Amino acid sequence: MASELRETIPTFGESGKEENDVGLTNMSALTSANVAKSWGEVGLIILVAVIVVGSLEFVCRVFDVPTYTFPRPSLIATTLWHNFRPLYAHHLWVTIKVLTIGYLIGGSIGILLAAVITQFPFVEKIITPYILLLVMTPMIALVPLLVQKMGFGLSPRIIAVALAVGPMVMINASTGFRRTDLAKIALARSYGASTFQIFAKVRFPLALPMIIVGLMVGAIFGMLTAVGAEFIASSEGLGTRLAFFSSRIKMADFWAVIVILATMGILIYVFFFWVGKKWASWQS
Amino acid sequence: MAQDKVTAPLRSTRSSSVGAAPANREIAMKVDHVSKHYKTNTGYVHALEDLDLEIAKGEFVCILGPSGCGKSTLLWGMSGLHDLTSGQVMLNGTPVLGPRSEIGMIFQEANLLPWRNLHQNIRFPFEIKKIDSAPYEKRIKGLLDEVGLTGFESKFPRELSGGMQQRASIVRCLSYDPDVILMDEPFGALDAFTRDEMNLLIQKIWMETGKTIIFVTHNVTEAIFLADRVVVMTPRPGRLAHVFPIELPRPRTIEQTFSREFIELVLKIKETIVRGTFVPSSV
Repeated sequence: MASELRETIPTFGESGKEENDVGLTNMSALTSANVAKSWGEVGLIILVAVIVVGSLEFVCRVFDVPTYTFPRPSLIATTLWHNFRPLYAHHLWVTIKVLTIGYLIGGSIGILLAAVITQFPFVEKIITPYILLLVMTPMIALVPLLVQKMGFGLSPRIIAVALAVGPMVMINASTGFRRTDLAKIALARSYGASTFQIFAKVRFPLALPMIIVGLMVGAIFGMLTAVGAEFIASSEGLGTRLAFFSSRIKMADFWAVIVILATMGILIYVFFFWVGKKWASWQS
Repeated sequence: MAQDKVTAPLRSTRSSSVGAAPANREIAMKVDHVSKHYKTNTGYVHALEDLDLEIAKGEFVCILGPSGCGKSTLLWGMSGLHDLTSGQVMLNGTPVLGPRSEIGMIFQEANLLPWRNLHQNIRFPFEIKKIDSAPYEKRIKGLLDEVGLTGFESKFPRELSGGMQQRASIVRCLSYDPDVILMDEPFGALDAFTRDEMNLLIQKIWMETGKTIIFVTHNVTEAIFLADRVVVMTPRPGRLAHVFPIELPRPRTIEQTFSREFIELVLKIKETIVRGTFVPSSV
C-alpha cells in the first residue's frame, strides 16, 4: 500500500488551489489567451495586420529605404514565394529533422526522469542542481566541443537540442508530478488501485498541465538551439542560410528565412495552445 | 505497547459492552482493541486508544466527536487505507489488511477527479477494478435519476454545485454495490439546506438498500437524524465516551429534529461530548 496514506489523512478541498505553482511559466499562458469571438473581431484583427504591413511597405517606398537596410514587405513576400523550393525547402527540412529528433529524445527522457525522480525526494535533491545547471547553460556553447568529437553531421546538433529540451521539460514536469493530491490517491486506493494505476490515472493527469507547459517551453528552447547550432557548426539548415544571406547582403532572402522561422515558432505555439485547451483546461 | 497490554483487559471489559452491536444481529464489522499512535516532532499522539466497536449488518452508525478526537482516524483504519498501531478490524469475519471491495468510501468534499466529466468519474471505480461496467449501467442510470443528476453526465466537476458533486460521489460509491459504506464527514462543506437535503437522500438510500453505513460527523443533529446508534468519542486519546441508541421512528423528517424528544437527545449528547463521559442525571 502507498506509504503516504498509512500515517496521514489527506486534507480535502485543497486540490486545484495551486495556482502559484513554481514553474517557468504558468498554465494560464496556454489556456487563457483570447480567441477571437466573432467575425467582426476577426475582421478587425486582419485589418490591423494589413495596416501594420501596409505602412511598413509605404514607409519603405516613400523614404526609398535601400533593400540592404530593410527590404519592402512585398519584396520579402515575392522572394519567399520564388525561392522557397529551390533555396530554402531543403534547409527547412534539415532544421525540422534536427529539431524533431532532438526534441523527441530530450522530451521523452525529461518526462521519464521527472516521473521517476519525483518519487524519491532524496534523489531529487541530489539531481536538481545538475538539472538547473543544464537549464541555465546555453547548450549552443557545447556545440563546438561536440563537433570536435563527432564532426559536422546531424548528431552534434541533435544532442544540443536534446540537451536544451530535456532539462526544460523535466523541470516543469517535476513540478507537475510533485503535486500529489493525497485525497485523490486515497480514492483510487480505496478501489484497490495498484501503484501503476495510481500513476496512470491520478498522478499523470494531475501533472499533465505542467508537462504540457514544459513541452511548449522545451520546443521553443529547442528551436533556438537548433538554429543557433547551425550558425556554429553546419552547412545545412535555416541557421546557415541566415549567415549565408547576410554575408552576401541578400536581405530579401534573409528576411524570408526570418519569416519562415517566425512561422515555425507561431505554429509551435498554436499547437501547444490547442493541446493545452484540450488536455489542461480543467484546471482553469 | 507493553503497558497497553497490561491495562487493556481492564478497560476492554467496560468499552466492549458499550460498543457492542444490538443483540441477535449478525456482525458486519468489528473493531477489536484498536490503537493508533502518530509520531510527531514532539513525541507520540495517541489518536485512538484500545477502542472496541461492533457494527451489525444493515446498521446505520454515526461516529460523533469534537475535532481531533480520532473519529476520522477510526474510519480510515476501518477502511484499510490507514495502518493501525495495534488491534484489528474484522469485516465479515476476516481481518481488514488493505482496501476491500466490500467497502465503499465517501470522502470529505466530493473528491471527484477534475479532469473527468461526471460519466467518466462514475466509471472510475470500474476502471481501477478492471470490471466491465456494462452490467451496472442500468443501476448507475437509476442512481443518477434518484439523486437528480440525469442529464449532467457530460458536465465537469467545476460546473456542478457542491451538493451535486457530493451526490455524484454517492452515485460513484454505490455504483459497484458495496456492502459497507464508510462516510467521512461527507457533508461538512455544504450549507445547512443542502445538508438537510443530503441527509434525507442518504436515509432514503439506506432504507431502500439496507447497506451497512458508518458515518463520521461533528454535527449532533445530523448524527441523531441518521443513526440507529450514535457513538460519541472522547478527545485524545480517542475512546468511546458513550453509545446512544436512537429509537426515533423512520423515515425521519426534518420537522422531527425540532421535536422535544429530539432536542433532549441533542442536549444529552452535547453534554456527553463536553464532559467526555455520560452522566445519566445531568439532563
